[in-house]
Amino acid sequence: MKFKKLLVASSIVASGLMANFANAADTIKVGVLHSLSGTMAISETTLKDTVLMMIEEQNKAGGVLGKQLEPVVVDPASNWPLFAEKTRELLAKEKVDVIFGCWTSVSRKSALPVLEELNGLLFYPVQYEGEESSKNVFYTGAAPNQQAIPAVDYLMEEIGATRWVLAGTDYVYPRTTNKILKAYLKSKGVKDADIMVNYTPFGHSDWQGIVSDIKKFGSAGKKTAVVSTINGDANIPFYKELGNQGISAEDIPVVAFSVGEEELSGFDTKPLIGHLAAWNYFQSVESDENEAFIASWKKYIGDDKRVTNDPMEATYIGFKMWVKAVEKAGTTDVDAVEQALIGVAVPNLTGGIAVMNPNHHLSKPVLIGEIQADGQFEVVSSTPDTVIGDAWSDFLPSSKNLISDWTAPIECGSFDVKTAKCSGQNF
Amino acid sequence: MMRLLSVLISGIISWQALANDQVINADTAPTVDKHSAVLIELVQKLPVTKLKKLPVLVEQLASTATLKNTKKTRDVLQYLVDGELYYIKANKHVVRAVNGENKTYTLTDILADETFAPVNKSKIKKIKTNNRLRGEIRGYIAKIDLSSSDKNTRIDAINQILSNPSKPGLSAVRALLATEQNDDVRELMNVTLLTEQLKHGSHAEKIAAIKQIEDSLQPVVKNAMTQLLDNLPTNNKSTEEKILAANLTKAIKSIDGKRDLFGYLETIFFGLSLGSVLLLAAIGLTITFGVMGVINMAHGEMMMLGAYTTYVIQLAFPNLIEYSLLMAVPAAFLVSGFVGIIIERGVIRHLKGRPLETLLATFGISLMLQQLVRTVFSPLNRQVQAPEWMTGSLQINPVFALTYNRLYILLFSLLVFFALLMILKKTSLGLHVRAVSQDREMARALSIKSDWVDAATFGLGSGVAGVAGVVLSQLTNVGPNLGQAYIIDSFLVVVFGGVGSLWGTLVAAMSLGSINKFLEPITGSVLANIIVLVGLVLFIQKRPKGLFPQKGRASD
Repeated sequence: MKFKKLLVASSIVASGLMANFANAADTIKVGVLHSLSGTMAISETTLKDTVLMMIEEQNKAGGVLGKQLEPVVVDPASNWPLFAEKTRELLAKEKVDVIFGCWTSVSRKSALPVLEELNGLLFYPVQYEGEESSKNVFYTGAAPNQQAIPAVDYLMEEIGATRWVLAGTDYVYPRTTNKILKAYLKSKGVKDADIMVNYTPFGHSDWQGIVSDIKKFGSAGKKTAVVSTINGDANIPFYKELGNQGISAEDIPVVAFSVGEEELSGFDTKPLIGHLAAWNYFQSVESDENEAFIASWKKYIGDDKRVTNDPMEATYIGFKMWVKAVEKAGTTDVDAVEQALIGVAVPNLTGGIAVMNPNHHLSKPVLIGEIQADGQFEVVSSTPDTVIGDAWSDFLPSSKNLISDWTAPIECGSFDVKTAKCSGQNF
Repeated sequence: MMRLLSVLISGIISWQALANDQVINADTAPTVDKHSAVLIELVQKLPVTKLKKLPVLVEQLASTATLKNTKKTRDVLQYLVDGELYYIKANKHVVRAVNGENKTYTLTDILADETFAPVNKSKIKKIKTNNRLRGEIRGYIAKIDLSSSDKNTRIDAINQILSNPSKPGLSAVRALLATEQNDDVRELMNVTLLTEQLKHGSHAEKIAAIKQIEDSLQPVVKNAMTQLLDNLPTNNKSTEEKILAANLTKAIKSIDGKRDLFGYLETIFFGLSLGSVLLLAAIGLTITFGVMGVINMAHGEMMMLGAYTTYVIQLAFPNLIEYSLLMAVPAAFLVSGFVGIIIERGVIRHLKGRPLETLLATFGISLMLQQLVRTVFSPLNRQVQAPEWMTGSLQINPVFALTYNRLYILLFSLLVFFALLMILKKTSLGLHVRAVSQDREMARALSIKSDWVDAATFGLGSGVAGVAGVVLSQLTNVGPNLGQAYIIDSFLVVVFGGVGSLWGTLVAAMSLGSINKFLEPITGSVLANIIVLVGLVLFIQKRPKGLFPQKGRASD
């Protein structure tokens, strides 16, 4: 009983203090919506730290519009419906001006209706399947044409692959990406018999049968390549099995879209050497911005062995863009910032310039890297110019006529160029 | 023109080398024979050649092997494949660099084996290769290796040529066939040449080749045959073509028959090996669940602790990776067993006879253990290395191979199973455990300390789970969520097999594994899991006590 009283008393005191504190300092609130527990914590915790680091640096440099930034961190706990609740909490209760967050597509889809209803602003930093463009979301990760399609082109032209395995985890991102890739491969004259599609559950760990099937599929005399949209944890047992069954990168190269430096840091990379990944950023890229970023990250996190990865770069670009847009607009008002963001250009970490396009997607370079023994990637191919992210794939019948343009006069996330109508179905 | 260019380039290099006093100078190498001179000249072109133009240069490099000294060429090619060739940024001089201590690289001259002072990574740059180029280089190396004195090197080399036939490679095989002593190597050489004969020979040669290699299971043989058959006209075949088609169809059919047979064997092996993992994961649960009736939701975390024990042991003894698993097995047993006893004494004992509370309490413990690991080791997965003897596969024939890690795990799981069986059947602890599990009150009346038996049983079950964790560290991610992935499967196996029955667990694990693996190619792994689950639910409806129900008063 005594304990209960104490608890009540202390919480009253605490909330009083908090209110005082909030009144005393006029700050701009920045919401951070990344899972800090549950299955996605492994990837998302890093992004939370990245945002916090960026905020700290910005505050040291004088904040934004003369105000200090105040992070509001919530934990949606890898629980998709909770993303909607936490978004509501951030927007309605905490009244944040911008949110950096989400990793999986399903979490973004969960937060989207709330963002549109309460007119929030979300920066989404992870590569995704496209087929979406919301007024309230800026997509700083890669769309399929900035990752999947160039990777397939590389395998086709450089490696000479003519037979394809599309292996993925069974959820929305791999399914949509594989649908796009299949349509793309067919447009390049690949026959159905030369495409093998395979889906596995989250966290699949027994790959013997599937790898053996891939081996058989690949021994038909044609150069075979695997396009992997296998997610997170399932990758390691997959690559281990490839190694054990004696499939090297020279026999059947695997190009992955979800394997980055962070995923490899918990793994003995010997069996993976030579396998590929397609991203818009690699830690190994040599540029002044990248060196500075890596150094400040290692210093912030206090661990010399921590690595940087593509979604971190996307978070970095998103944050810099938001700051620039707020300063351009002179306010943190969502509508003003949303318009100001379009056309904003900031240096990316690979020595180029990232531009925010009218469809809320970035222009990015596409890099193909080979996995090295030290868990880093070596770039073996890169696009000569940056590629503009395409919200709606040109290779799917349902979306090939759609474009997204959030500037006047179209101001629509799904504008049909044939019928010149805005369907309003933005996701 | 090329010649002029290379002279110019080497001129620039030597000028730069002279200009820069701290760098390595190739020209100081004392005596350079003609072969080495050509090699050096070509190697020094590597940094200034674009990746797209590299194949031509590499071909020139490889062709130096026809001169009297092949070893040096082979070495250079090998360095290139292994990614050990770097060039010094300052003067574009090519050296071999090997990662040394403290993030520095040890440099050696590519020919002279001369060692230079270690440098920082930023001073040198790697000569890039890609998969395609490395494939080609391996072909060149294979050609050189054909005359190696080691039998296995020769077999690898021929396999390389067999899967990527090239003119020079084939002619080298042809030349060496007559002098080859080893039967295995000769046979493989024959298959290589006959496959080529199948592609390009005359009609009679083709028929002869089919007769000779129709027993070969090499995938290339079948591909060559299928291709030949597909290229024959479908209608209006000449008599010759008809005979050829008939021969080919027969040969392909016989090869397919054999391949299917080995395919079945492979699936059975996959099923048993998945079963062995399930067995290891579930067998500890059989003991705790069966004997004490405790639904231990923290069972998965006992496995996780076992896996982390392996990680810690590898961290503590970085030079003994080969033996780390052998050390980890007893260590993990002790760690998990100890934690298990603490949980039993501290929590479960006080919740006796209240299964729902026990379930919730152990679930809470599982969350606490996960968070503890996250705090102590970080939420990221930890790297557990595989010892050399656990990697690779036992190649029985070209279409059938057993991976070593799965093979050892299968044997190990059976070992653990029979050891537990012996403990329960032959030791006094086992006798007490069985007595308590059949009738607790009666056992107590016969002066068996049921409290002590409970603690020992729980410790034993948890310890075995820890051992399972050591095995899992070789198969999957070592992270805080490791246990969660296996807890459901473990319960499925135990319920299916019959609570408390070791034999039931064995049969259940193996049959669930096999059913899963036989369904997987037909339905895909997602649907296979669902079908197994639905099937199990229906089975439990029919036989609520599983395959091997336990007899005894407690089970009434």
